[in-house]
Amino acid sequence: MRTPATLMTSSITARIVTLALLCLLAWLPALASAQDDDGRAVLEGLDSRSFADKAEAIEAIIQSEDERATDWLQALLDGNLQRLKEDGRLVIVVDNVGREWPVRDALTGDELGEVPRRDLDRITINNALRSQLRSALSMVELYVGDERSRLAAAEGVIGRVDDELAAALEARLEEEESDQVRHRLNQALAVHRLERGEAGAVETLYGSLNSNVRVALTRAAQSDDAQVADAARRALADIEQKLKLNRIAETLYFGLSMGSVLVLAAIGLAITFGVMGVINMAHGELIMLGAYTAWAMQQLLPGQPGLALLLAIPVGFLVSALAGIAIERGVIQFLKGRPLETLLATFGVSLILQQLVRTAISPLNRTVITPEWMSGSIAINDALSLTLNRLYVMGFALLVFAALMLVMRRTRLGLEVRAVTQNRAMARSMGIRATRVDILTFALGSGVAGLAGVALSQLTNVGPNLGQSYIIDSFMVVVFGGVGNLWGTLVAGMSLGVINQVLEPWAGAVLAKIMVLVFIILFIQKRPRGLFPQKGRAAEG
Amino acid sequence: MHWLVHPFRERSTLLFLGVLLLALTIVTLLHIAVPREQPLHVNAYTVNLFGKYLSYALLAVAVDLVWGYLGILSLGHGAFFALGGYAMGMYLMRQIGDRGVYGNPELPDFMVFLNWDSLPWYWQGFDMAWFAFLMVLLAPGLLALIFGFLAFRSRVTGVYLSIITQALTFALMLSFFRNEMGFGGNNGLTDFREILGFNLRSNDTRLGLFLASGAALALGYVVCRGIVTSKLGRVCVATRDAEARTRFLGYRVERFQLFVFVVSAMLAGVAGALYVPQVGIINPSEFAPLFSIEIVLWVALGGRATLYGAVIGAIIVNYAKTVFTGVMPDAWLFALGGLFVLVTVLLPRGVAGLLAVRVRRRRGDDDSPVNREVAA
Repeated sequence: MRTPATLMTSSITARIVTLALLCLLAWLPALASAQDDDGRAVLEGLDSRSFADKAEAIEAIIQSEDERATDWLQALLDGNLQRLKEDGRLVIVVDNVGREWPVRDALTGDELGEVPRRDLDRITINNALRSQLRSALSMVELYVGDERSRLAAAEGVIGRVDDELAAALEARLEEEESDQVRHRLNQALAVHRLERGEAGAVETLYGSLNSNVRVALTRAAQSDDAQVADAARRALADIEQKLKLNRIAETLYFGLSMGSVLVLAAIGLAITFGVMGVINMAHGELIMLGAYTAWAMQQLLPGQPGLALLLAIPVGFLVSALAGIAIERGVIQFLKGRPLETLLATFGVSLILQQLVRTAISPLNRTVITPEWMSGSIAINDALSLTLNRLYVMGFALLVFAALMLVMRRTRLGLEVRAVTQNRAMARSMGIRATRVDILTFALGSGVAGLAGVALSQLTNVGPNLGQSYIIDSFMVVVFGGVGNLWGTLVAGMSLGVINQVLEPWAGAVLAKIMVLVFIILFIQKRPRGLFPQKGRAAEG
Repeated sequence: MHWLVHPFRERSTLLFLGVLLLALTIVTLLHIAVPREQPLHVNAYTVNLFGKYLSYALLAVAVDLVWGYLGILSLGHGAFFALGGYAMGMYLMRQIGDRGVYGNPELPDFMVFLNWDSLPWYWQGFDMAWFAFLMVLLAPGLLALIFGFLAFRSRVTGVYLSIITQALTFALMLSFFRNEMGFGGNNGLTDFREILGFNLRSNDTRLGLFLASGAALALGYVVCRGIVTSKLGRVCVATRDAEARTRFLGYRVERFQLFVFVVSAMLAGVAGALYVPQVGIINPSEFAPLFSIEIVLWVALGGRATLYGAVIGAIIVNYAKTVFTGVMPDAWLFALGGLFVLVTVLLPRGVAGLLAVRVRRRRGDDDSPVNREVAA
């Protein structure tokens, strides 16, 4: 680390560094009061009609090394620095929603309560000022920010570097420790060099996905200097290639994410319909119950959305499983061997459950809060970022699938279920209590629907119609994958998700859905037993 | 045409036709002859409502034909009903002529609104009544022919068939919601003015449509009854009860299935065409899977494989719906859902089953083989 004293390569750097250091000391209130008069002088320079005056005032604010400077500059940039019409005081708008805006005094920071927006005048800025402000703020950030905000700041200056800022950036580059930030700074400087006509600068820009880099390269590709234009074109072609790969990766990600939602919604059905042969049209409503459980848990534990969501996983399973047992005992057991009647009766149950939620809770959608650790996204590169909630749902779907696989393949229950479905009479004569197995299997399938609901509450609106929108899709997935085959459900769900996402860009969401439906209808004509048909005697009937 | 004469020798058919004729006559007389002030007077609104019920009854008969006698639980008959309705709607739309909001003599309002400059090819010809009425039969018939050909040939049956019929109507609903389809999108077709030159808003036209629905129901009933009592009908029942065995006996099962399925779809289309001028609108919600499955409930409540049961079921459920949604709209879905459960669990043969038991007890003999099979 060099000391700030050796950094005096340019006037702006020095001032920004001092400013930055002062920011760190901002908590010292004594300093603030001592500087109040100076602060007022520089700040009021902004209150002018001419943009040239304002540019000077901004410069003055930077030079003043006032610790409130970043606050002011940021507010000015955001359009939140405003003038009270009655006494000309400058204030910072805290929240500009509605008609009355809460404001605080720009100098003292005192809260001034709510002021009608009519009584405020915004300090306007133009594009030149905006870029001046951005450069200044990014430089401050580059010195005082943590690695993440330094990275964002370095990215922000790409394409906006002038000679003065370039000198400052180079100085900062010497000191920067993070490779990623250095890489971005180098790119920012290379764009600047390219703009001045250096063909060699292109080397640094290969494979960059930043949109400003692309703009600079496109401009350079049309330059009169053949060498520069040629180099820029080659770099652009390389970037295009990379972008294409990214788009494919993105489509795949969204497809798999949608697929995992389908798998989650259908996997419970794969147990009740696929393995047991019971058509449960109320399956969608069991999903809905799971989603409402997530909502209810968050109402019970206000302020802890994450914990509530985690607790909702077992509770949602139980709620839906119990509802499933009630349906099995109350309706389905009387309709054994009459699949079409079962379909109708469970459809009736689904109507009742929907209306129950509408009457008891509300016909409107409820919001389930996404906990902090699930929001945001992972940026793979500049063009591709993966949203975290979808990633979690994807993982959850695979987890549920694996658990179900284990239950069906490795536990006594799974063995008994398979025995009862293959030959009920034989299984019973071997001492398996078939009725008990029926109840447990149905409870398992229903419980999994509840889990799906908890996961879906993170992706879609939670409302009385939630289940209805998934029931047809779920049946499609199970039938497409092959009834009675859990692997089939996984493959079918994932591939339908991906197909849908591939079709969507050029067909539109609705048409893509229609095409997928038509595809499945035609597919079932060709292979009535799905992708992975069951073999042997169990397949009949 | 022996098969069409045969139903008239049955006591049940004559009874059904007699009751229907009696009902139509009574409603007409009460509407025309009884003065408006009298409490017995049936107003135009009620006549219109009854007309709607009758078109629903025809739809239920069509579903009963395939479900009751062929064992195919179609959860997509609403699609055929809606297609017939759209064909009629297109005719009525063209009849508006230049009296629309935009006054375009060629294009319906919604097309002008979408900035279309000419009529799409599939709207050609719908200004002629005969063509439109032919399409009422052909559009659903053709869809049923293609869909049924594919499905029955590859032996998709049972629950699988039910689910893909549901997917079919769902896909059609999504398509008709799109403005680009050229059927008015979300809003569908509405603002009709006249049919065959008669003003749709006059009470006489309403009465006429009510009577036409009654006549169509009678005709549809006779056709269905004729089919199920013919040899072909026996093969259908055999297919329903043991498809593989029938096939081994040498019958080309899929042909019988296809024929009856197409007839049923056409009847549903006629029902839709009668329904649309009476309610004055057709939109994609008629394609909703919920509606299709509701039709099945009418049949189940009335009693499968009786045909007259379907009529009874359609009228009971729809009357209940009118009453419920007027008095306490929230309770309707509870009632509907409860009906689904109760009928399937406690009343597998429906209202007609209850009637049949009484008749049999009085007569002391057994019912037709059809009813015995359903009960089993």
